[in-house]
Amino acid sequence: MMQRDACFHVLKRHLTDEIVVATYTSAHDWIAIAPRDLNYFSTGAMGLASSHALGLALGCPERRVVVLDGDGSLCMNLGTLITIAAAGPRNLIHCVSHNGTYEANGGHPLPSRKVDFAGLARAAGYKHACTISDVAAFEAQIGGLLTMEGPVFVELMVVPGAAYPIDYPNLYRADRREALKAALAGIPPR
Amino acid sequence: MASNDATAALHGSRIIAAIKDAGIDYVLSVPDITTAGGLLAPIAEDNALRLIRVCKEDECLGIAMGLAMCDKRALILIQHTGLLDSINALGGVAVEFKQPICFMVGLLEREVDRPPRQSGRFRIRIVEPILDVMGIPHHLVDNDADIAVISPGIQTAYRDNWPVAFLIGRPPVAS
Repeated sequence: MMQRDACFHVLKRHLTDEIVVATYTSAHDWIAIAPRDLNYFSTGAMGLASSHALGLALGCPERRVVVLDGDGSLCMNLGTLITIAAAGPRNLIHCVSHNGTYEANGGHPLPSRKVDFAGLARAAGYKHACTISDVAAFEAQIGGLLTMEGPVFVELMVVPGAAYPIDYPNLYRADRREALKAALAGIPPR
Repeated sequence: MASNDATAALHGSRIIAAIKDAGIDYVLSVPDITTAGGLLAPIAEDNALRLIRVCKEDECLGIAMGLAMCDKRALILIQHTGLLDSINALGGVAVEFKQPICFMVGLLEREVDRPPRQSGRFRIRIVEPILDVMGIPHHLVDNDADIAVISPGIQTAYRDNWPVAFLIGRPPVAS
């Protein structure tokens, strides 16, 4: 097991111009660790992060899209694995923090803690799927994963790290969406 | 204006022409028997539209918003039961985030001799009132004359960043 925020610090060091879609506790961690215009938090309903990411990946094929999903969120939208695999975006990397709980909803366990999410993604037809359980392995693999032809699925076996502020109104601010749109359109930030 | 005429014609080819006129790039769909033959099947064969087949209807809202962020236009083609199943995403994505989410919704087994609000089928009857409560404009497309609302409705949605729904009142014929 690794701490989720330690993992995200590693990811931040490897990013350049990728769009990052982050949801719920992953979003709270990510906005504190890596505030940037190319972040996308406005998922609107639990489970849909990877669906938003698919739209971004199809709409911006020249740019890589990284999703920071949760296992509870993915459980609410498992069909997304099939939809994504069939659509086949080569620029999508779907990371799922697996801690076995609905962390954002009070930390209660998922109906099962034994799900092999990478196996599900592989069976659905993702080009590549793997499970990573320690930070050193993530550090060693993330560079390659970010350049691999997608869709790529990365199951991250995590426990919560530091406690970051939980501020949904801040995450969902309209100006964040506008900043991302401007960045994607090539308009310099104000 | 809906005719409530059981013999009126609705042509899928004309609906597709209106979709293209509105600049739609992607069609996101879970199949609906109302539109499966007359609309979805020809869309699947049309190289000018990219069809994304989706497992469950609420996924479409996320995909459409992601595309909109990249300045790409999408139409969501689903059944009214799928719309009802997607109410949380409809509220969270389309309404609260003010997104141009465009729906084309087949009213499965709607009786063509009466308005949807007077349907004997409960889930048909509640579609328009629910859209009203959510502040989402909707248009019944029940015959070829009604198709004229589609392109301007989509253009308005993208201009105003607000959702719109077109309710397909009878199975379109393909040609």
